[in-house]
Amino acid sequence: MEVPILKQGTVLIATFQAALSDADLNQLRMGLVQQVVKFRSRAVIVDVTAMDVMDSFASRTLREIAHMIRLRGAETVIVGIQPEVAFAMVQLGLTLEDVTTALDLEEGLAYLNEKFKNTH
Amino acid sequence: MAKRNEMVKETVESNNQVTDLSRSEAPSELLRELVSHLRQNRTQLREEWVVRISEARLLTAMTKEEIFAEATSVYDSYVEALETETFEALQAYARNLSERIIPRGVETHEVVGIVLLLRDVLARSLFAKYQTDFKKLNRILDAYEPAANRIANTVAVGFVQERERVIRQQQEAIRELSTPVLQVRERLLILPIIGVIDPQRARQLTEQLLRGIRTNRAKVIVIDITGVAAMDVTVANHLVQTVEASRLLGATVIVTGLSPEIAQTLVTIGVDLGKMNTVGDLQGGIEQAERLLGYKVERLAEPR
Repeated sequence: MEVPILKQGTVLIATFQAALSDADLNQLRMGLVQQVVKFRSRAVIVDVTAMDVMDSFASRTLREIAHMIRLRGAETVIVGIQPEVAFAMVQLGLTLEDVTTALDLEEGLAYLNEKFKNTH
Repeated sequence: MAKRNEMVKETVESNNQVTDLSRSEAPSELLRELVSHLRQNRTQLREEWVVRISEARLLTAMTKEEIFAEATSVYDSYVEALETETFEALQAYARNLSERIIPRGVETHEVVGIVLLLRDVLARSLFAKYQTDFKKLNRILDAYEPAANRIANTVAVGFVQERERVIRQQQEAIRELSTPVLQVRERLLILPIIGVIDPQRARQLTEQLLRGIRTNRAKVIVIDITGVAAMDVTVANHLVQTVEASRLLGATVIVTGLSPEIAQTLVTIGVDLGKMNTVGDLQGGIEQAERLLGYKVERLAEPR
């Protein structure tokens, strides 16, 4: 199932609906990287609340998305990682060290608003 | 009771008359004879037993009077168990006794020791009584030994079970008490950890913390480990993983009160210190957390 990408002001929001295939993830990655420049977005929020399992491919893709978005001149925030998923990821060594994370979508937006407040 | 004793005495006499036929007598009759012997010599045997207990330096946590009182009830239950061949009452008594004496530091070997002593005292009195009739002694012992063994077993198992129950109960109590996740300000949690952390407790701590972050929508967590003297490598790694998992939930963790030993452990396992936010003590940790959350705490007046 394809992941819809919503435009909300200067932010792009991608919400994972359920378990995704590797092809869906690749498509999402390409979609985000293209649209972030197309819409002149300053940030991307990826919401993974619905994911109760995160395999190494998904986790690596998230990191790649974050790095590619940075190279395209914007910022990525991953939101809504479930507690169990978080610990499982850490145990597998998938710590997303250089990616910003937030509790949920609201927190992620609040973080970005705070950050962009001075530059508007 | 006296009536029954007389009855038993009669059986004994009749048994003596027909010694050759007595091969066929039931073990239960032998037991009855045995029980009446133990009842008749109750005072003397009990005294002897108490003396043996103090000689063997068992039950040192109890006074002489207490030992004597317990010895009396143990002796009576013992004889009763022999007589009725039912062990429920004895089991209940053993459990009750254990409940009373475990908190006073009585050890397993002492309880087993006194029961074995009683077994020995009684066996010796049987030897003395039947020393002229070796065959009879043999048969009496045949009846006595299995029952006595079972009694010793029952008491020891009862004691150990009670002990284990107490330990389980205490473990549960500790587990429940040991991992509070407390909110001190909006979006600020503290997690004071006291005592030894084993891998199981570490796992539980992590679960509670991560769940606490969700439900309280916490942004900063102060984990205070002043009360933890040492940590093995597994648990230290687990702590680091907890910090990282909390970050994935969008929260910052500040660890306070690291002892020199734990600091050493963390350095030995090569923790990336850039990921660990550490402050010397709990107060410093809370102040740092308040700064991160944008609080400013000011004293409005001098304390009265």
